[in-house]
Order: sequence, then structure tokens, then C-alpha cells
Amino acid sequence: MQFGIFTVGDVTTDPTDGTTPTEHERIKATVAIAKKAEEVGLDVFATGQHHNPPFIPSAPTTTLAYIAAQTERILLSTSTTLITTTDPVRIAEDYATLQHLSDGRMDLMMGRGNTGPVYPWFGKDIRDGIPLAIENYHLLYRLWREEVVDWEGKYRTPLQGFTSTPRPLDGVPPFVWHGSIRSPEIAEQAAYYGDGFFANHIFWPASHTERMIGLYRQRFEHYGHGSADQAIVGLGGQVFMRRNSQDAIAEFRPYFDNAPVYGHGPSLEDFTSQTPLTVGSPQEVIEKTLGFRDYVGDYQRQLFLVDHAGLPLKTVLEQLDLLGEEVVPVLRKEFAALKPAHVPDAPTHASRKAALETGSSETATTNGNVA
Amino acid sequence: MTRRIAVVTAGLSQPSSSRLLADRLAEATDRALRLHDEQVEVTVLELRELAHEITDHLLTGFAAPRLAEAIEAVTTADAVIAVTPVFSASYSGLFKSFFDVLEDGALEAKPVLVGATGGTARHSLALEFAVRPLFAYLRATVSPTAVFAASEDFGTGGSGSSLSGRADRAGRELADLVLQRPRTGPVDPFDNPTPFEQLLGNNG
Repeated sequence: MQFGIFTVGDVTTDPTDGTTPTEHERIKATVAIAKKAEEVGLDVFATGQHHNPPFIPSAPTTTLAYIAAQTERILLSTSTTLITTTDPVRIAEDYATLQHLSDGRMDLMMGRGNTGPVYPWFGKDIRDGIPLAIENYHLLYRLWREEVVDWEGKYRTPLQGFTSTPRPLDGVPPFVWHGSIRSPEIAEQAAYYGDGFFANHIFWPASHTERMIGLYRQRFEHYGHGSADQAIVGLGGQVFMRRNSQDAIAEFRPYFDNAPVYGHGPSLEDFTSQTPLTVGSPQEVIEKTLGFRDYVGDYQRQLFLVDHAGLPLKTVLEQLDLLGEEVVPVLRKEFAALKPAHVPDAPTHASRKAALETGSSETATTNGNVA
Repeated sequence: MTRRIAVVTAGLSQPSSSRLLADRLAEATDRALRLHDEQVEVTVLELRELAHEITDHLLTGFAAPRLAEAIEAVTTADAVIAVTPVFSASYSGLFKSFFDVLEDGALEAKPVLVGATGGTARHSLALEFAVRPLFAYLRATVSPTAVFAASEDFGTGGSGSSLSGRADRAGRELADLVLQRPRTGPVDPFDNPTPFEQLLGNNG
């Protein structure tokens, strides 16, 4: 199982001292956080994509390539890549380039984005969110698998005799996850292609995540990619830790109370009881995280949000130390002991390359379903 | 057969005249349905008790357990009786916020009886220019008689145009809508997902 972190990339004032990092500081902090994640032994670093203040990650592949150059093992990903408003041809080119530069140490997650004005800024309409995600991804899928593409759709100019370059490393298209908080259509999409499905798992109660994952698993099996429990599932999560639980709660409360998105709403206590947020000791994080498996089954990737709401870089790095030293080693062991042998690990470039060479996985994905 | 009526009342004082009116409307509907040998189960939701959860939902995008239960009761009911006090010439903010957090289509074709309360009868048309259009937007089936109760109505006797007469008529109309309507729950998008070929084809 893979463990890692995902960042939104928000520039937020620290509510405890009123300081706000500059965009430059936040971008550099993002790199420092990714490098630290590798140093403490995490498997994945993922960044969001946004095109409006107060967010900095408008050019995720630039940042990820820079991180790739300074790391050796960590897998670089997105949370999410905007499949609605980003030209799928540019996604094919940018991420294939990242794949080469990082020697295959990457994958990506498709998301629609919920910021209304971003759609018109990029010439799209938010009401077309689902159809855009479906058409654009289908084109991206083909661009990475067919040498020469003739294509015509609703949302971008047609392509005749187009070859997306560079071609995927070793002929292996980057692995794709599809993220959605609440749209069954996206679970259906992920299942259809045999791609991964990632549940944001931060702003919704567990019962909702359970339904989304359940639908994805059922449809994954329906489309012939394997049994439901072999579907590739990722979950988000949100933690803040100190060795002593009360210290964690006291320190995190002002960040929680003033957080963009859910601040000034429910109490920290209500939110932790209703969502996967865990604020407490490393042991409490371990226990709550192990509990996720009870309602989503054996899963392949767990990403934590640790760097938002104005938390200072120093604090974030301390969180990563706790994750790497005390939490993840235990989770790795416990999850591994529980996982049956027929449940696959998250696909990597190496495993997909091996599968391609033996003619299994990727061809199975395209059999019958994707013309 | 048991018909389930969800009563949503946004009165703030306790006891509130909105609750009083809501109870009258529920009783009238209950009586009318029982004349047709229907069993009736009434669930009353006082939005005052859910005010914090409703605001939290606006901020976080999801319902806390108690609110989720209330929403479930409303969206699965055979009919809804919705009563608001008139504030500043319209429904109250709390009343509107509750209906704002329902999913799109949650009240589609749902029989709804609307009621409102206010200090004087001069506010009564708020039902017609504010409350009824809200439910029209939500694609509910709003019964023809909307019932307004001013303070003085609670002390006015007689039948016909009196409060009890209006409540009886509104209850009969709502009962008729319930009886005419095939029993269908809200569509759950997780039960029958649109097959992907169809999603892909729609784009064609």
C-alpha cells in the first residue's frame, strides 16, 4: 500500500500570528514539503491544480518536474489535474514529458474543479462539467495509446493525423486515477477504463465515501477488469498530530476554526466525529486510518492533507516526521497483514511495464470496452 | 397503506404560531387521508432545532447526522407540509436555507402544502409571491390552497373562510394529490448508474 500527502496549495494567513506567506515562499515550501515526504519514507506527493488566488499550483507539471529532479524514490501525482478546463492534448504532452523526466515516477488524478469562473476563463461552461470530463479523458486515453489520432468532439478543435509527443515512456501510459467527491458518473468512468478511483474523503462523511467506492468496485467488476475487491482505490484523509492528544487539539483548533472551506462552521469535535479528520496522537491516527478499511475494503493508496489552512512550514515538516516515523510504518505493517493475496498493489510504472511485456493488464483493460 | 407526511416548520419561538398552524394542517390532511382508509404517519421537523446543522451544511457541503435524517424524512415522504413565519415580506432565512441544502430534484413532483404565519393578514400574499414560486422552482406539486394564519386568526370562530375551514380545504387538497400520485421514492443515482457507453455516447 502507498502512503503519501496531497496539497491544495493554498496561500492562507496563519490565524495564530496573522502572517501570510508570499507566493514565492509557498511555492518553495511546497518543494520542501515534497522533499521531506521522501526523506521520511512516504511513497507519494500530489499537488492540486488551481487557476485563482489564493492558490499557487497553476502549473503542476513544472513543480512536479522540479521536485522529481531533487528526489529519487517518491512518486509524484496530482490531486487533481483539471480534465474539464485543461486541453487534453496539453495534458498528454505535459504529463508524458514529466513521465520521461521522472523515469516513470509519476501518475495523475483527474478532477473536474468546482470553481465556477475557471470554466469561462478557459472557454468552458461549468454546466458541461461531466460531459467535458468524459470527452476530454477519452481523448487523453487515446492520445497515450494510439500513435496517430483522428478525433472530433464537442469541446475542442478536431485533430487529424495528430501524434502526441513525447510518446509515453516504454510505451506505458501513465496510470490515471479519477477523483470525485460526489458524482457517481466519475466512479462509473473510472470503472469503465479500469483506472483508479480516489475519494476525497475530507468533506464528506464516511457513509458517502462508502457508497462511491462501493459503486466503483461493483462497476469495475461489471466491466471485466477483475473482481470488485481488486479495483484500485485511493482515499484522502486529514490529520494533525502531537504526541499528546490534547496538545494536538489545542494547537490545531485555531487553524480548524478559521480554515477556508469549512471554517466558522461545525466544531472541531463534531467535524472529527463526522468526517475522517483526525486530530490527536499518532496512535489515534493509526486507529482511525485502519478503520477506513472497514467501509471501503482493502485499498491501495492513502494520502493525507497536512499543509493547509495557514499551518507554518515548520509545523508541517514536524507532521511529516510523525507520519514517517510513527504512523506509516505501523499502517504499512497492519494493512499488509490484512490484505488478501489476490488484491493488487497500486500500479506503478514498473508493474505496468512488466504487465505490458507479458501482455496482461493493459491489454485486458482495452479488451472489448475501449474501441 | 401508510402515507408518510413530513411537516417542516420554521417558527422560532417556542411554542410558535408556525408550529400551531403546521399541526392544524397536518391534522386536516390526516383526517382527509383516513376518510380514504389510508394510514398516516406524521413526522414534524422543527428547523429551529436544526439551525446550526443547516448553517454547517451551507459551509461544509454535507449534512451532520441529525440533519441528514431530517432531509431523508422530507425527501422520502409522500407529502410535505411547509410552514414559515413571514420575515421582511418573505419566507424566513432559516426556512429557505433548509430547502437550499436539499439535492437538486429532491422535491420533484412531491405534493407540498405551504403555510405561513405573521402578525397581520397584510403579509398573507407572501405565500403567493415568495413561497409558492420557491416550490415551483423546486418542481414540487404545490396544492392550490396556501394557508396563512395571522395572530387574530387563532381567535376567530366560524367555518368556511375561518382558519379551520381553510386548513380543512388545504388538507383535503393535499390528500387528493397524495392519493393521485403513484408511490415513488426519490431516484437514487447510485442504484442505477448510467452505463458509461451511454455517457460517452451522449457526447458523440
